[in-house]
Amino acid sequence: MAHQIEVSNLNIYYGDFLAVEDVNITIEARSVTAFIGPSGCGKSTFLRSLNRMHEEIKGARVEGKVMSNGHNLYDSAMDPVDVRRQIGMVFQRPNPFPTMSIEQNVLAGPRLNNKRLKKSVADDLVEQSLTRSGLWNEVKDRLNKPGSGLSGGQQQRLCIARAIAVEPDVLLMDEPCSALDPISTSVIEDLIHQLKDDYTIAIVTHNMQQAARVSDNTAFFNLDGVGKPGRLIEHGPTEILFSTPSNPATEAYIQGRFG
Amino acid sequence: MTTTLERPQKDQPTSDRPFKQSKRIPAGSVWVVWTLAGLALVTGFVTDLGGAKGFGLAWLIAASIPAMSFAVEGRRKATDRFVTLLVVTAFTVAVIPLVSIISTVFAKGFPVMSSEFFTSSMRNVVGEGGGINHAIVGTLIITGLATIISVPIGLFAAIYLVEYSEDSRTAHGLRFLVDVMTGIPSIVAGLFAYALFVLFFGEGVRMGLGGAVALSVLMIPVVIRSSEEMLKLVPNELREASWALGVPRWRTILKVVLPTALAGIVTGVTLAIARVIGETAPLLIIAGITDSVNTNPLEGRMATLPVFAYSAMMNPGVPPEPSIARAWGAALTLLIIVMALNLIARLISAFFSPSKGR
Ligand SMILES: Nc1ncnc2c1ncn2[C@@H]1O[C@H](COP(=O)(O)OP(=O)(O)OP(=O)(O)O)[C@@H](O)[C@H]1O
Ligand SMILES: [Mg+2]
Repeated sequence: MAHQIEVSNLNIYYGDFLAVEDVNITIEARSVTAFIGPSGCGKSTFLRSLNRMHEEIKGARVEGKVMSNGHNLYDSAMDPVDVRRQIGMVFQRPNPFPTMSIEQNVLAGPRLNNKRLKKSVADDLVEQSLTRSGLWNEVKDRLNKPGSGLSGGQQQRLCIARAIAVEPDVLLMDEPCSALDPISTSVIEDLIHQLKDDYTIAIVTHNMQQAARVSDNTAFFNLDGVGKPGRLIEHGPTEILFSTPSNPATEAYIQGRFG
Repeated sequence: MTTTLERPQKDQPTSDRPFKQSKRIPAGSVWVVWTLAGLALVTGFVTDLGGAKGFGLAWLIAASIPAMSFAVEGRRKATDRFVTLLVVTAFTVAVIPLVSIISTVFAKGFPVMSSEFFTSSMRNVVGEGGGINHAIVGTLIITGLATIISVPIGLFAAIYLVEYSEDSRTAHGLRFLVDVMTGIPSIVAGLFAYALFVLFFGEGVRMGLGGAVALSVLMIPVVIRSSEEMLKLVPNELREASWALGVPRWRTILKVVLPTALAGIVTGVTLAIARVIGETAPLLIIAGITDSVNTNPLEGRMATLPVFAYSAMMNPGVPPEPSIARAWGAALTLLIIVMALNLIARLISAFFSPSKGR
């Protein structure tokens, strides 16, 4: 069920501004790919283009191909709604639905798509998703309270639970742990380890140790200067990229000597 | 990086910049002065001293606070107290007409209120007695219909503008037209409805539905504008969260955006109703006035509270007193309905607003 994603010659624009230039990469199935690079180099932009969330921004567009399961996601016959059902996403900032309780937030995917779930099935799904995202013990007594009443880190784990409750083939995570304490972070990292048996996972992170810990492959993005497009500098198996990077910029970034 | 930041050591004396301890006027005495000023104001209005003199006296009394403050507390505090005085003055000036209207309408309208006043119409009533039942029924029917017409049109237009238009030319044109529409004088709305219905029913048409159409013309732009503002307040992140779950756009609007904005939209609609429920001119033209209850908006004249109050004042008959009293009664009823609507709007928005609690 997990598919690899092959990106070829992808240019990503915001209006006339070319934000990310000419990306070629294969994101392998049943593995974790980490995207690293300095702030503003286009990691979020690239990630959002993988499930066609990018085009929801006014004037935003892409050129190039993103192949998954034998289809070009940007084919004119492709429905972005179907793409997003298969390729889920966790955003950089937590965004639970304020009108919904914790439980309703977890079930939002199926419920908003009008899927009928039996009460017992729904309860199981809620418990399972919240347990996997490491939130169950903290919220099991207040599932009916609003999701916006949680702390920032708890909200982020709620959003992760919401994303995995729809069981996508691919999960895109944009700095999912940037608001989390070390304990929740390790819960999420364990979750990523578990999930990669079935899913294809792409994760953006600013934390080198995290990239080294969770990912099988790493891709380093960089940009030449302000106003210049971000580019994929190099990518490959994480151990190789971290031990013997072929590009001096990658080495400098990984070792924290940057700029 | 050779400069090191000097941090104060623990054992260094920290008292060379102590917090300034300034003298203060006791809060109790300030309140005494405010109370005295309030009393002077009320006395002015109630006794034959006169409102203007009472107001002046109250202001002189209150002005003693900044004066005292300047002597005791110093310049900054005195300025603060003086600006407080200005703000309170502005507030009082704004509230006086409101209090005056409400108290006058209550004083003149309350005596006629009785169960007969609310349950009977003016049919075959000469002189004393009679009631405004027909006008209440008419007002409820006409404003109800106007709401039924305006809310879907207004809400859908707002949804188009915020969720679909992507700020295109069409959207800009539409917004401009809505702004123009907001400025339409109500009499023009009435004439429009009349002209429209004449096309179908001929000269001299009088119809409750026509009144509803006229009120809709006034209501739609208000509903569009307020709903648009409320939809814009919904953070885009919520829409993105929903889209990322594979939820189509229309379902996202229905299940995520509208519920989040519901409280504000309902408040806006209620205020729009409150705004048009007191319209007189357009209803005078198209709905007219009658003495008996008419529940059929498709047939004949229909009385409404504002038009009833107007005609009871203008054509009181002989003797005029009972009719004029009924006009005040109708005005008070209208005021109560508007207040009730505002109250309902608040309750609804408190009930529907996304809860922040734990
Ligand atoms: N909505 C937008 N409209 C226009 N330009 C944008 C928009 N979002 C991002 N950009 C630009 O695109 C470039 C890449 O931004 P992006 O958010 O992808 O960076 P990032 O690598 O995720 O950075 P960070 O690590 O800080 O999250 C930046 O130059 C940014 O200014
Ligand atoms: Mg980012």
